[in-house]
Amino acid sequence: MDARRLTHLRQLEAESIFIIREVVAEFQNPVMLYSIGKDSAVMLRLARKAFWPGKLPFPLMHVNTTWKFKEMIAFRDKLCRETGLELIEHINHDGVRRGINPFDHGGSYTDIMKTDGLKQALTEHAFDAAFGGARRDEERSRAKERVYSFRDRKHAWDPKNQRPELWRLYNGRHKKGESIRVFPLSNWTELDVWQYIHLERIPIVPLYYAKVRPVVERDGTLIMVDDERMRLEPGEEPKREMVRFRTLGCYPLTGAVRSEATTVPQIIHEMLTTKTSERSGRVIDRDEEASMEKKKREGYF
Amino acid sequence: MAVDHRSYPFPAKAPADADRPVSSLVETIPPPAEADAEMLEFLADYERRSLLRFVTIGSVDDGKSTLIGRLLYETGGVFEDQLAAVTSTDGEGEASINFANLTDGLVAEREQGITIDVAYRYFATKKRKFIIADTPGHVQYTRNMATGASTADAAIILIDARLGVLQQSRRHATIANLIGIPHLLVAVNKMDLVDFDQGAYQAIVDEFRAFTAKLGFDKVEFFPVSALEGDNVVQASTRTPWFAESGGADGKGGKPLLEHLETMPVPTTGDEDRLIFPVQLVSRPDLNFRGYAGTLAAGSVRPGDAVKVLPSGKTTKVERVVAWDGDLPEAFAPMSVTLTLADEIDISRGDVLTRVDNQLHVSRRLTATLVWMHDIPLEPNRQYLIKHMTTLVSGTITAVHHRLDMDSLEPVDADTLSLNDVGDVTLSLNRPLILDEYEADKTAGSFVIIDRVSNVTIAAGMIRSHGEDYQDDGRAVAAALTAEERAARSNQKPAVLWMTGRSGTGKIVVARALERRLFDAGHQAYVFDPRRITKIERQAQGKALDFVIDAAELAADAGMIVIVAFTSPARSDRDRARERLADRFEFVEAFFDAELPTCRSRLEALGRDPEEASYAYEPPDDPDIMIDGDELDIEAEVDRLMRSLERRGLITT
Repeated sequence: MDARRLTHLRQLEAESIFIIREVVAEFQNPVMLYSIGKDSAVMLRLARKAFWPGKLPFPLMHVNTTWKFKEMIAFRDKLCRETGLELIEHINHDGVRRGINPFDHGGSYTDIMKTDGLKQALTEHAFDAAFGGARRDEERSRAKERVYSFRDRKHAWDPKNQRPELWRLYNGRHKKGESIRVFPLSNWTELDVWQYIHLERIPIVPLYYAKVRPVVERDGTLIMVDDERMRLEPGEEPKREMVRFRTLGCYPLTGAVRSEATTVPQIIHEMLTTKTSERSGRVIDRDEEASMEKKKREGYF
Repeated sequence: MAVDHRSYPFPAKAPADADRPVSSLVETIPPPAEADAEMLEFLADYERRSLLRFVTIGSVDDGKSTLIGRLLYETGGVFEDQLAAVTSTDGEGEASINFANLTDGLVAEREQGITIDVAYRYFATKKRKFIIADTPGHVQYTRNMATGASTADAAIILIDARLGVLQQSRRHATIANLIGIPHLLVAVNKMDLVDFDQGAYQAIVDEFRAFTAKLGFDKVEFFPVSALEGDNVVQASTRTPWFAESGGADGKGGKPLLEHLETMPVPTTGDEDRLIFPVQLVSRPDLNFRGYAGTLAAGSVRPGDAVKVLPSGKTTKVERVVAWDGDLPEAFAPMSVTLTLADEIDISRGDVLTRVDNQLHVSRRLTATLVWMHDIPLEPNRQYLIKHMTTLVSGTITAVHHRLDMDSLEPVDADTLSLNDVGDVTLSLNRPLILDEYEADKTAGSFVIIDRVSNVTIAAGMIRSHGEDYQDDGRAVAAALTAEERAARSNQKPAVLWMTGRSGTGKIVVARALERRLFDAGHQAYVFDPRRITKIERQAQGKALDFVIDAAELAADAGMIVIVAFTSPARSDRDRARERLADRFEFVEAFFDAELPTCRSRLEALGRDPEEASYAYEPPDDPDIMIDGDELDIEAEVDRLMRSLERRGLITT
């Protein structure tokens, strides 16, 4: 075939790079929300490609709930140290002082430590654009999310007040104090992300690979005992099982899956043959119907 | 299998060198296992799949959501937990899947049973990856259809087999054609409800084909389907033997919809015999590198190619095509790369690189078809912002030629356009755009219109023709006189000095003294104050400020240093002035502050009501210049302001 034609992944890559550059051209103070997960890893690689041979013209920011897997934090610190990336870590210290934790505070834990923490950080640094790694294929309510998602001065998302996005034309005009979330991976699917990680040899947190880990089973969800803060029910005894994670977050709220997949191709194989969506491992999503839509309105991704 | 380099596959190894630091974390990547062989083959195959974007258009009742749900379900794009959420069980334990609920997203619209916005869906088959833009088809949702169609290579229109061709179907086809979709697929749905009757199907085909023949699609094809029961969507139906036998194009056998989507040619812009490279960013990481980052809109470019920079018209050669994966032998649309050039030429965001025999146009006047997307209707002669490729210019709509009547689908006279209207207009821009007609190039021929006050996107436009051309030798472009050029003659920059403060703080007296001093020094300045702009009193409250801003913009465009001396008590008003003026001109805010008794006695001395000094006033948080109105020494203040203007580079002596 002689035609100058890009593969679908190269098209997605080109589109994402265009979006990232466009935001840098039209906003004063952008930041990349780096969650340490696989989508963040891909987004970061795309951003580095966008400005190569220059450095990233914005910092990374991680909103640390203090309950992340230890391996995530170690991975984050090593990556930033070795590649010279600027990282801002934000912790909701008020929440920490109040002893907010995923065991006693259920749904409000995520609101306080993650959503509020994010809002605090965005306000504190006066960021006017924040890149996030969310994709439209993750959940039904995300299918209508724009690439540029406009937030008011209180960081709230109003589904009725979003701007139409035609062709390659993104309208980044905003008033002082207003900000956007930008989703350069909007058109990527879970398979695209994994395929890209595979082809580009992008390092990911080893928690994605299956390994024998200490877990307890609760309501059908496997929770890893990552540190001594894990509260065990009476009679509950951690078992050692071969498991891996499809998404990463706060360890008490992130379900593991039993798996033998120890390489990226095996993970992809498992993904293609599995019967549940990736978000099914997230404990917080089960609370209520359309929980994502509600969380989005409140400022969470 | 050998892959042609021009398809730009991924390199076998990620590049790593001192400048492109890859952390030691790559060592945590597990080496491929023997068991991976089969998967690696799959991945190599998946990598080569092409991408097709299509839009689905239809109303609530045409079964559009069901069709998409069916496509996703049968291609394995639905997970069990998602399926469980939309499966209901009837009294006899028979489970049925509500395919429509697989795609209807927001709670609000599931409650109302309508889709109110464009939704994007993804699925892949062994041959292709697909992106569906799912758009609602109500008459009032023209804007969503335009949004979804703008990035689509093909459109699927649904027609209910029981109802036949409705006005709405014609409307959908007309809009799809207007947005420039080359390929139309017509799904005659609910064939199960007409017993798969060939006659009923053929009548619809004949009627709709006669209509679309007038529109100029490259291809229009028809499919008898039942999205609900799965006929001719993914699987060929056994209930339409007449279609399988001779229902396709040219009397050949008809194929299911998906098979058609998998095999139809995808339009490509990379092969075009031209170059459109809008510069997005200038990359200057260090003194030794100067590159121009951008995404090719059309054509291709190689090192050594001679290129012309618009609007300056200067020519140079491409030196390198820089990408993370290493320098490339060629870049083509729609790749995102960074180019370096042989000569140092002044190039900034918004400029466009083309071939030397470029076929782009440089013009300040154009006619375009607009799709109006907002509740705020079109206002002729109002200043709007226009975003086109990587530039933002301001301009006005000087004439509305006609509006498309959505019932007759004929143009009718119009003075304005409102939400969901489509019509042709003439635009006059403050700076020229580097453009092409939409038919020739979608990227160079499209733009959006942005409201300056609310910043929302209020219209989308497709360029149909353009006015006088400044292009080709660069000298013609220079003929378009700019505000900067005019200002330079008076050794100044076009600027707005906005003086704010309570009544009686001394704004006007200082403004007039400054105007005189600037004039005497050979500059051009003009004061806008309530004494001079008496017309403002006749303006409705609230519009007064817009009048001042408009006037200040014109005067600054004429190269003036504009001095505005109005109380302008509301912070939001002053923010608005800054937002509207600061992107074209230097904008400086000077805050006059004084104790109330000072203001009162000054107003009294002028024979004005001293109470004016106590009117509500919101002081600026962070003014550029502070002036103490209590200890006002006019000549000293003017000295200080002159020095300040000089320091900001607004005047040179």
